[in-house]
Amino acid sequence: MSKQDVNGDCRASATKPSAVPNTARREIVRALAVAGVGSALGLPFMPTARAEGKLVVGVIYVGPKDDYGYNQAQAQAAAALKKLPGVTVVEEEKVPETMDVQKAMGSMIEQDGASLIFPTSYGYFDPHMLKMAEKYPKVRFAHCGGLWSADKHPKNTGSYFGYIDECQFLNGIAAGHATKSRKIGFIAAKAIPQVLRNINAFTLGAQSVHPDITCQVIFTGDWAMPVKEAEATNSLVDQGVDVVTMHVDSPKVVVETAARRGIYGCGYHANQSALAPKAYLTGAEWNWTTPYTAHVTAAMSGAPMNNFMRGGLKEGYVKTSAYGPAVPDVARKMADGVKGKMMKDDFVIFKGPLKDNTGKVVIPSGTSRVQTDVVLEQMNYLVAGVVGKV
Amino acid sequence: MQRTAEAVLIPVGALCAALLLFGVFMLLVGKDPLQVYALIYKGGFGSSFAWQSTLARAAPMTLTALCAAIPAQAGLVIIGAEGALLLGGLAAAAVGSSVAGAPLLVQVCMALAAMVVGGAWVMLAGALRHLRGVNETISSLLLNYIAIALFNHLVEGPLRDPASLNKPSTLPIGEVNMLGNFPGLDVHLGLAFGVVFCLLCWVLVRHTSVGFALRIVGGNVRAARLAGLPVGLLLLGACGLGGAAAGLAGMVEVAAVHGAANASLVAGYGYAGVLVSFIARHNPLAVLPVALLLGGIAASGGQLQRHLDLPDASVLVLQGIAFMTILAAESLRGKLRWFTPAEA
Repeated sequence: MSKQDVNGDCRASATKPSAVPNTARREIVRALAVAGVGSALGLPFMPTARAEGKLVVGVIYVGPKDDYGYNQAQAQAAAALKKLPGVTVVEEEKVPETMDVQKAMGSMIEQDGASLIFPTSYGYFDPHMLKMAEKYPKVRFAHCGGLWSADKHPKNTGSYFGYIDECQFLNGIAAGHATKSRKIGFIAAKAIPQVLRNINAFTLGAQSVHPDITCQVIFTGDWAMPVKEAEATNSLVDQGVDVVTMHVDSPKVVVETAARRGIYGCGYHANQSALAPKAYLTGAEWNWTTPYTAHVTAAMSGAPMNNFMRGGLKEGYVKTSAYGPAVPDVARKMADGVKGKMMKDDFVIFKGPLKDNTGKVVIPSGTSRVQTDVVLEQMNYLVAGVVGKV
Repeated sequence: MQRTAEAVLIPVGALCAALLLFGVFMLLVGKDPLQVYALIYKGGFGSSFAWQSTLARAAPMTLTALCAAIPAQAGLVIIGAEGALLLGGLAAAAVGSSVAGAPLLVQVCMALAAMVVGGAWVMLAGALRHLRGVNETISSLLLNYIAIALFNHLVEGPLRDPASLNKPSTLPIGEVNMLGNFPGLDVHLGLAFGVVFCLLCWVLVRHTSVGFALRIVGGNVRAARLAGLPVGLLLLGACGLGGAAAGLAGMVEVAAVHGAANASLVAGYGYAGVLVSFIARHNPLAVLPVALLLGGIAASGGQLQRHLDLPDASVLVLQGIAFMTILAAESLRGKLRWFTPAEA
């Protein structure tokens, strides 16, 4: 063994004992730095939020909470959550589907300690919510819509949605009885599957009363276009339409304009009867309290997240507005009868033979497409009797 | 020295006045102003998270503000940033989803396409002004609506990704082609585009002969013509540069946030830019702090909504008050003796 080796060994053994405290010191410094960053980020809020029996829920809306429509339906469920013990709800409205919504979610989590987020607008899902879900794997994100799929999306995210075409079918029955001109109207935002399904269900509902009823559809091009919606309503009235319904974010303008022009309206999203007590027949409403409560209960008990939640009238995801004074008894009886069947899974809206309005057979004779059938979610046609083009 | 102090202290004083007025307004609606201030601070500036949130919100406005600020040097009031942003973003998405190559190459192509399209779009307003005498404010505003309609038509028609069922979008540009974040921060690199663009424009406007010529056109068109300046070229160039900035903002939104072009791009960043430019008195350098301020106010808005149950509109009230006080305070410029140099 040479001297150098010994020296080398000595050096090594001399540094070894001191190496431990050195690393330890480094660890402490690192821990302190992390703590510092953590406190700067507002992380200390989080443990209190996760405390036993307490939950902070964040709800984000794309429009105003009191829009008599899409956002109000969500806000009603948020209001119901506020009554649950141990639940704190923080809300933010009019958040655009941009970086803003990512920052709003981040702020609810980091600054308010939220551990369950309801980003309610369709466009919040991809990329915004997915990005936040990756960044905050311990926070649950429940999105309104049907976009979640098990092989693509993380387990701390999920979708909830409702088969509201059931209620649009019932709207159609009320409209079918109320119309004298046999012409009804539908004001729609965009020609996308969800909207087409509602237009078709509404038309089929009306045609179940009188098969010769036609439904004139007008697409406005976007979710919130109050001026165009009013113009579209007026134009429908001028063409002889005497009952309208819609699929836009806020049905307020359509319901009010219809009432002013002396025709009837069926509601959508939330209850609009207060806007037109006499002209309002009934309405297709969301009942988001059902999925909201389920998510909150699971989050509080630590149960795994139910990633894919769907339901119709039977499951309590959708409901109908109370009938207005203009709905005759015969219509109420018929609609209630169909509703009763729907509650027992005993009614199929889309069944063959069904033709679209160009004469093409879209569902062959003998085929029944039940609500859970995913083929319905790719709907790209308007049924016979609808006047309009996709 | 005193001039700089004046340039900084007057707007800062105006901002304080705005906060005071907003406090009074809050008091009137029954909220505690001190709590309001605390929440604004917490939401916008109180922590590193808040700062990142503020910066991320400021990023698009730094670029769209230039769309108003640069033409303003030549005396034009352009409010067409929204349209240029949309069409620039659409061009970027179309290029990004069809060009194959290294991510950097794709990103450069996207940025160029966005700037060319955005620039050309705003140049339409400049050309209408120069050749036909059409008021550029009105025409650029109307061009926004045309841009939105064109954008929706293309996204829902020829450029639609067939897989985008309920939310029509263009084909995605692909994860590898996305612009990332600053290392260690949750702020995308688009902010750097804005900062660099603002600095370059400031140099152009304040320290080059082209910028000087532009300001002569803005000051007095007839004098500029007599001096032999190419007025038409300068007007169109200013519009083109401004539009290119807004188009680039669209590219950043696509490449750093959305990954494709869809209706979410119609978020009002173009109009927010007009506000930023006016508060910054069309100074490209002042655009940066003003965008930061408005970004911070937007970030605070969430806190006000969540903890005081205030509607979103309360933030607009604060923005509006700030806008009014800062513009009103401009009339004090040069009138306060304290700031006037002794020899003047």
